[in-house]
Amino acid sequence: MSFDLVANVVVAGVLTGLVYGLMALGLSVIFGVVRVVNFAHGEMMTIAMYAATVLFASLGLDPFLCILPAALAFFLFGYVLQAGLINPFITRPEHSQFMLLVAVAIIMVNALLMIFGPSARSIQVDYQLESFEIGKILVDKARLFAALAAVVTAGLLFSFFKFSLIGKAIRACADNHLGALVVGLDVKKLYALTFGLGSVCVAVAGCAMVLLVDVTPPLGPAYTLLAFVIVIVGGLGSMPGALLGGVLIGVSEALAGLLIAPSAKSMFSFGLLILILLLRPQGLLGKNP
Amino acid sequence: MAGNYALSVVTLILYFAYTGQAWNVMMGFAGQLSLGHSLYVGVGAYAAGGLFFHYGIGPWAGLPLAILFCVALGLIIGFLAFRFGISGVYFALLTIAFAEFTRIGFDHLDWLGGPGGMFLKVAQRDTWDILNFRGPPLMYYYAMLFLCGAALALCSWLLKSKAGYYWQAIRENEEAAQALGINTFRWKMLAVAISSAMTAVSGVFFAFYYNNLFPEQIFHISRSIEIILGPIIGGIGTLFGPILGAAVLTLLSDGITDGLAALGWEIPGIKQVFYGVVLLAVIMFLPNGIWPPIARKLKL
Repeated sequence: MSFDLVANVVVAGVLTGLVYGLMALGLSVIFGVVRVVNFAHGEMMTIAMYAATVLFASLGLDPFLCILPAALAFFLFGYVLQAGLINPFITRPEHSQFMLLVAVAIIMVNALLMIFGPSARSIQVDYQLESFEIGKILVDKARLFAALAAVVTAGLLFSFFKFSLIGKAIRACADNHLGALVVGLDVKKLYALTFGLGSVCVAVAGCAMVLLVDVTPPLGPAYTLLAFVIVIVGGLGSMPGALLGGVLIGVSEALAGLLIAPSAKSMFSFGLLILILLLRPQGLLGKNP
Repeated sequence: MAGNYALSVVTLILYFAYTGQAWNVMMGFAGQLSLGHSLYVGVGAYAAGGLFFHYGIGPWAGLPLAILFCVALGLIIGFLAFRFGISGVYFALLTIAFAEFTRIGFDHLDWLGGPGGMFLKVAQRDTWDILNFRGPPLMYYYAMLFLCGAALALCSWLLKSKAGYYWQAIRENEEAAQALGINTFRWKMLAVAISSAMTAVSGVFFAFYYNNLFPEQIFHISRSIEIILGPIIGGIGTLFGPILGAAVLTLLSDGITDGLAALGWEIPGIKQVFYGVVLLAVIMFLPNGIWPPIARKLKL
């Protein structure tokens, strides 16, 4: 087990983890603000991945060029989903919200199965086979670009929330729902906006991920769980936490795959989730409750 | 053989009604959302199944072992969660994490079959051999019918007992219940213990009815969701909710399959889409389940 091999695996894990982190960031934003458990999050990411394959197959569009139209489409989809379907459920008990989104997730996964069938789909572009050499470490071009896309999108989201007025309003809703209402914020619209933004994260992450992983319908539920693990490990309500959690999970998956067995990599993630829930439930970067 | 098919459908309904009732004790009564109940079905099934597979020990001896393991697991999860103040969504995620962890763990446990599965020998299917739990479909039907009836009686008794009232208090407002002096930790643990014990029996039945166990299937989160669909559609916290919900869902599922086959629309996934749409409709328009409006109509 040479150091070079481990280093390469870790680097790949970090880059993949950044894409995971972006996906989880979308969930963190939604969960942190709207307080809805989006159990269809991974399914939405899978839809984004399939959309990228379709655009590639029909128009020859590189997935990174798909990002802008996908982001737009997903923003609208998320906005409408929240405003139309989910909003009445905000005041309902948790298990109702949960079942609502499980139903939506079931419909999404199986609609994908109906349309695309069970076999894996992938995108083949030239630069997937190329890599940069940094010393002894080989960095896959596609992986690096994907991670860059994730970081740029996350940065844009951070700036939006920190510097724009609407961003502040959304943060206000998250911190104090009643106070936001009192001050006169249109909470319903802001929730829909937040869901839209979370969906944008998923769209970008999906377009990036499709270069790294073949897409099949069952990826949906797997990514949903992964997103939750990352959000909780990183810390709910912490945007850097989501990225950090993503990187941690990405690296631990990569190392578990290398050291134990590829099939055991999720076991690590779930073990980590259990540990965090017990020892530090607010997550690594979350605020102390 | 049509009789056997109908029998298997009813047995399935009763199975989900019973397991849903078991889950209902934790959720509907005590308000703890467990989304990893497949853990108990799986551990119960593998405990009894493993004993039979490796040592030829029959299900009646496997049953107490299964219950022991499941209650122990449930108490561990409950202790970890309740002592650390984990509830709501976080508790649900904890239960999912344990189920998933166990699923992958069993996939690597070659002594219990690993991913290839464990297959139990079926000696015969003709005469009623209650000791080894082998016989015609009719025997399994009666077994499940008995279990359902027993669960109904147990839950009915529990609801009206001190436990039932304490649980409802905890479910409605845990802090207020604590303020009244109820030891919420102990009563929540009791709910978890009863629920996991009941579900362990489901697991043992599963092992000796289906006779093949695969970690990917029995521990999968879809199994957990299947278990909770009945009570949620039927009505959480009610006595007849899980039974009604299980019946509606199983008949609907079969009906959709037959209907789609008749229409010639046999695309993989289409049945699940219909299923999801019906689920969505029930959740949106009948949030407390199907049973409460019916109960009102029947003036119960």
